[in-house]
Amino acid sequence: MNTSTHTRESRKRLRRLQEWIIEKLLFVSAVISVFTTLAILGVLFFEAIDFFGQVSIVEFFTETRWTPLFKPQYFGILPLVGGTVLVTIIALSVAVPVGLGSAIFLSEYAPERLRRIVKPILEILAGVPTVVYGYFALTFVTPVLQNFFPQMIVFNALSAGLVMGIMIVPMVSSLSEDAMLAVPQSFRQGAYALGAQKHEVILRIVLPSALSGIVASFILAISRAIGETMIVSIAAGSTPKLTINPLESIQTMTGYITQISLGEAPFGSLEYRTIFSVGLTLFLIVLVVNLIGQWVAKRYWRRY
Amino acid sequence: MMAKRLGRKRHVVRKIKGILLYCLCLIGIMISLVSLIILLYDAFTDGLPWLDFQFLTSFPSRFPEQAGILAALFGSIWVVSLVAIISFPLGVGAALYLEEYAPQNWLTSFIQLNIANLAGVPSIVYGILGLGLFVEALALGRSILAGALTMTLLILPVIIIASREAIRSVPQAYRAGAYALGATRWQVTRRIVLPQALPGMLTGAILALSRAIGETAPMIAIAALVYIRFVPTGPLDRFTVMPIQIFNWVNLPQHEFRGLAAAGIMVLLAILLGMNSIAIFIRNRYQKRAK
Repeated sequence: MNTSTHTRESRKRLRRLQEWIIEKLLFVSAVISVFTTLAILGVLFFEAIDFFGQVSIVEFFTETRWTPLFKPQYFGILPLVGGTVLVTIIALSVAVPVGLGSAIFLSEYAPERLRRIVKPILEILAGVPTVVYGYFALTFVTPVLQNFFPQMIVFNALSAGLVMGIMIVPMVSSLSEDAMLAVPQSFRQGAYALGAQKHEVILRIVLPSALSGIVASFILAISRAIGETMIVSIAAGSTPKLTINPLESIQTMTGYITQISLGEAPFGSLEYRTIFSVGLTLFLIVLVVNLIGQWVAKRYWRRY
Repeated sequence: MMAKRLGRKRHVVRKIKGILLYCLCLIGIMISLVSLIILLYDAFTDGLPWLDFQFLTSFPSRFPEQAGILAALFGSIWVVSLVAIISFPLGVGAALYLEEYAPQNWLTSFIQLNIANLAGVPSIVYGILGLGLFVEALALGRSILAGALTMTLLILPVIIIASREAIRSVPQAYRAGAYALGATRWQVTRRIVLPQALPGMLTGAILALSRAIGETAPMIAIAALVYIRFVPTGPLDRFTVMPIQIFNWVNLPQHEFRGLAAAGIMVLLAILLGMNSIAIFIRNRYQKRAK
């Protein structure tokens, strides 16, 4: 009698210990994500501080030449930022109208059966590795564009930007479509009852009601375009320069990091350290864009 | 009379506007679909002549007709296997903690915010992290293990988000029933929640792994550009993966190598298609059973 309560007691204690250990283990796996963020910040800041010990931070953000691999060396990130902005603008000018059009079509026009065929195809587009898009930009889009712009250089911002836009379309369209599907059917029915036609319902009821989700999808598209690496590494060239001419060869922040990663600068040298300062700039820009996107989505989120 | 004509005119304008919007949206969706078709057609026509048994069983070479993807294929298999082993338990563990255990406090919401933000960090930044942390600080060198750990950090947010969704789809009544019978939290989690959520978790994990196979930029930062003329035999060996090999061939000036790149793309896409089919198969089977 006494021993049996004793073993029951000890089994209970063992189980409680087991529960405690498992909870801690699960907690640790959840906290890894926090450590990842800390590690990213740590590595970037640690190496960037090293870099800024040798290059003035003022030069880094105001100098308009970026030539770490040649003499005389200039370390001004503006040409790389300019290249990123140029490609991002081109990409968005494709992704926004095409993505929004696709979303309206899928959510408002397409019959259910067509939707069920088209949506998985768009998902395929989203799953294609970026290196494949890079190949497409260089070997197909650039030669086609050269028929229209004979003066265009093989490596150029335009074809990289256009293809990047196509790559981002599925993201814009699926997020915008979700936002439009969340608009209650009664809103549409109310407008129809007042005699509105389909396009009036879409433009005056559905789009304004879904605006926060749609704008959030555009902002996420910006952050994707800024961070995209392989398409620009393959098709946009490696000439950092401040230009607004999309037919020229440029270089983006991500493209530069790839170029150095390929081993063009000796391990540990100042040229090599530049990837951390460029990486930090890239990380902070994307972080700000993402936070704005989350803020827009939350601030104007309406629950129907 | 006048008013009537005006009304009809306005009616026609409205009709035209409606048709115009429909056409614009149709053009939008057509652009995406046609681009996908051209993209696949372009790669397949370029790559098909190069895709043969010799291509699959050879190492990279200066001579296009002797070059193959063998080293990269095995490198990718090594990396993705290690990533699967490391990332699945961690991702599922984190998701279980957040859904089943976590108290509602600042730490939990901080972890959640953090995971959402990590999912938006550009992949090349993970490459820099891996370079600084695993290659340099932990002195793993440019090894398979360093690449796999970097990829694990990259896809963990994706796995966590998918797993949480799977856990959330388990009806609350199941848990309540088990608790009412006196089960402990871990017993409920392991015997009730986990079996129900597993298919959804697996689907999410396979999709995340297929992303890891196609990821190029962070792998270039870790593995750099090297000619690997051997099949890796351990996690500390140097390596290359398929996307790097494709990138490498695209960048070479001789045009023959572009055919090789396209053939590599075909192999890569075939593997991705296979993995996605498995994921869809699991999802469909599970959905049928749930009914």
